[in-house]
Amino acid sequence: MELNSQIPSGALSEKWDNHKFNSKLVNPANRRKYKIIVVGTGLAGASASATLAEQGYQVQTFCIQDSPRRAHSIAAQGGINAAKCYQTDGDSVQRLFYDTIKGGDFRSREANVYRLAQVSNSIIDQCVAQGVPFAREYGGTMANRSFGGAQVSRTFYARGQTGQQLLLGAYSALSRQIHKGQVTMYNRREMMEVVLVDGRARGIVTRNIITGEIEKYTADMVLLATGGYGNAYFLSTNAMASNVTAAWRAHKKGAGFANPSFVQIHPTCIPVHGDYQSKLTLMSESLRNDGRVWVPKKVGDKRHPNDIPDADRDYYLEKKYPSFGNLVPRDVASRNAKEQCDLGKGVGSTQLAVYLDFADAIKRDGQETIMKKYGNLFQMYEKITDSSPLKEPMMIYPAVHYTMGGLWVDYNLMTTIPGLFALGECNFSDHGANRLGASALMQGLADGYFVISTSVANYLGTNSLRAVSTSDDAFNEAEKEVEGRINKLLKNSAGGPAGKVTVDEIHKEIGKLLWDNCGMARNKEGLESALAKLPAIKEKFWNKVYIPGDTKEINQSLERAGRVADFLEFAEIMVRDALAREESCGCHLREESQTEENEAKRDDENFSHVSVWEHKGDGAEPIMHKEQLVFENVTPSQRSYK
Amino acid sequence: MSDIDLNLQIWRQKKTDSPGSFQTYALDKISTEMSFLEMLDVLNEKLTKEGLDPVAFDHDCREGICGMCGTVVNGVAHGPEKEVTLCQLHMRNFQNGDTLVIEPFRSRAFPIRKDLLVDRSAFDRIIQSGGYVSVNTGGTPDGNAIPIPAPTAELAMDAAACIGCGACVASCPNGAAMLFTSAKVSQLCLLPQGQTERHQRALNMVETMDKEGFGNCSNERECEAVCPKSISIRNIARLNREYLKAVLSEG
Ligand SMILES: Cc1cc2nc3c(=O)[nH]c(=O)nc-3n(C[C@H](O)[C@H](O)[C@H](O)COP(=O)(O)OP(=O)(O)OC[C@H]3O[C@@H](n4cnc5c(N)ncnc54)[C@H](O)[C@@H]3O)c2cc1C
Repeated sequence: MELNSQIPSGALSEKWDNHKFNSKLVNPANRRKYKIIVVGTGLAGASASATLAEQGYQVQTFCIQDSPRRAHSIAAQGGINAAKCYQTDGDSVQRLFYDTIKGGDFRSREANVYRLAQVSNSIIDQCVAQGVPFAREYGGTMANRSFGGAQVSRTFYARGQTGQQLLLGAYSALSRQIHKGQVTMYNRREMMEVVLVDGRARGIVTRNIITGEIEKYTADMVLLATGGYGNAYFLSTNAMASNVTAAWRAHKKGAGFANPSFVQIHPTCIPVHGDYQSKLTLMSESLRNDGRVWVPKKVGDKRHPNDIPDADRDYYLEKKYPSFGNLVPRDVASRNAKEQCDLGKGVGSTQLAVYLDFADAIKRDGQETIMKKYGNLFQMYEKITDSSPLKEPMMIYPAVHYTMGGLWVDYNLMTTIPGLFALGECNFSDHGANRLGASALMQGLADGYFVISTSVANYLGTNSLRAVSTSDDAFNEAEKEVEGRINKLLKNSAGGPAGKVTVDEIHKEIGKLLWDNCGMARNKEGLESALAKLPAIKEKFWNKVYIPGDTKEINQSLERAGRVADFLEFAEIMVRDALAREESCGCHLREESQTEENEAKRDDENFSHVSVWEHKGDGAEPIMHKEQLVFENVTPSQRSYK
Repeated sequence: MSDIDLNLQIWRQKKTDSPGSFQTYALDKISTEMSFLEMLDVLNEKLTKEGLDPVAFDHDCREGICGMCGTVVNGVAHGPEKEVTLCQLHMRNFQNGDTLVIEPFRSRAFPIRKDLLVDRSAFDRIIQSGGYVSVNTGGTPDGNAIPIPAPTAELAMDAAACIGCGACVASCPNGAAMLFTSAKVSQLCLLPQGQTERHQRALNMVETMDKEGFGNCSNERECEAVCPKSISIRNIARLNREYLKAVLSEG
């Protein structure tokens, strides 16, 4: 597997311009001859589909949900970053670049991150022009808020629904192109396979979720914008349909998978309350501005939190990190919460929670001020838990939230399969080992609106592609593979459910294994034991899973089974990747790699690289390749929050 | 926290053109901490283990924003709690021994695909006919070039908060899509960016709405009452004004 990052020459600030100038173009009249498949309609896929269609390409777009507007991006709350410097507080492209690369703990490419910062401002302009109702100041100018990892106010927002509004903007642009006939939209389709002809991506095979039909589509190139794989852990803040299937199918056909173990665990989520729990809800981390995190000092202290006097409380973040206190970064807050619970000090019915207490803030600022800041979050919390944070402390616990890892792409966003591109959360490109708040939305839209069209023209302009048809061998083989896999999934079900397992039971089992061993803190022993346990779970799944119903109809159990089957395979490279990375960095602590003060210790000498996994066939051990990271413009520094 | 026993009557229908009927299921020991959809998950897991076909229902984000979930519970879209989607409805809203009648959103324009799962693509086609500002990517003016007063932006945001779930249509005695359509028309006609195409937009979206088989508005206000995002029927008044102005100016 060859990893050529294709980083353009020139000074950092000139690379993108140089690259655009050196890239090939496709003449407007010729663009309609090209067909492009886009899988996914989140921020990345919807914006890419609309933009490419506007430019004249014929686009076919696919999504799982019943409407492109319902992609998981819709759930993003907080905001989107841009280097507008509307607040004249010293922001710049250079600073946004620096904060993002530092936030990623120096595990991403300088050139990619710099380009992201460069195009960030155009994203805001684009969204405003579409009618996205961003928050405004009384004078009519755009309002900003600040987010973690930055000392400037550069986050644009639309109430607590920024993802929704940005997605509806991209969806409206997409809808306009559907109306014009430039985009053919395929809702309720799940991509099951990517089809290669002459080593290039030339189409996909999908399952129609309504009819169960297996369908084949051809194109000149394929773009994947299929989101993140956080649901490998079963419980996460991701939407239920979020999956690794599209990326994993591509991986098995030859696309390198980068840093699969880089997963972000968000510290402030509503804790799990029972084994029926289906997903976790994020509470904005802005709450840590006023909330104090604590657990009882004594193990097994069952008193109501309001009855526990200060002397018996352990404000562990304030004690351990006097200068940052409750505002330590996400990974530090998450890890410490887990540590307290592992010590047996967790609270709530499951003892997997810590308190986030607003009593002192309310005493200091008054209830009204606190409600103005957090009223909607308090309400949401109360709706879910039936407890008011005004009367007793909130309970929070970390949850899987975002996956920095993803398909390896070069500067053009092309995977190691020619003609197959990856955009948004499903690629690995810009966030290194940790993503800063409000930068995933930025990256999705940067990729879709402003980056991919250059790559598309350059790819089509430099390659001459022969005509393909869905009756070609490659398509028929891919179709057979998909049908074979579905039949294999269904093979245990004829005899009824007795002695079988359900899809969810296996999903929970693999999720727990990953959470326990490949979560925020990892060690060699745990990872090795997880790796040893995986084959048995996989075997149980394939030999015992019971899936009611048929394939040629709506079958939600079958849909989930297909996704879980891929998570089971994928889990192996997650664990192997975590094992191979013997340093702590970004979101994860490798327990063997700590400072004397028990803080994360990065190891630049040995691990300043992207780990890229190559599939070697079912049952064969995957191979890891390295893309060495080169820092010419920034000097990696160690973080300290003491 | 406590457990309750429930009697569920759920609409089962195999396909769009097959007949449907209510089936009764007893479901015991449901924690009141569960969300409504988690209760359905528990039911489905139970049905699966009994070798029966689980109930098909749409859902995705499970935090009230994607607009994918929604059924009618005891006659009310998204159930008894105000301003929530079905995924945010918690079982503490019900009592031990309650009977819950659960059926899909019904409308001529929303064909049932299976059980509680319906096809709302008519909403997409309404948006496709004009629910946008026709700008291409790139070459747009600076975000601050046109000031927008905060109250205007807030009003546009109130309308833009629509999640397209279809509860409004399911609750309207006429099956009208006026609240949905008016929310998009309002958002764009309130903002300076939406001015250029304002007349054509109203005409096209209303025409598509009619063509898709949605009914007329007769001010029943049921839509507003069930809307999980509190979209106001003032938007409908605004749409009516927009439409009238458009008819007068475009002939
Ligand atoms: C609760 C929450 C809050 C967040 N808040 C913020 C925030 O404030 N700021 C920020 O910057 N980021 C935030 N994020 C992260 C951000 O929302 C996501 O990273 C981003 O939206 C991902 O966009 P995407 O376009 O890459 O993918 P997605 O939006 O996940 O879209 C994936 C698309 O691919 C389709 N798809 C997937 N698999 C297949 C398949 N096999 N076949 C066919 N189609 C498929 C899906 O149908 C969907 O259309 C948040 C995330 C969560 C969970």
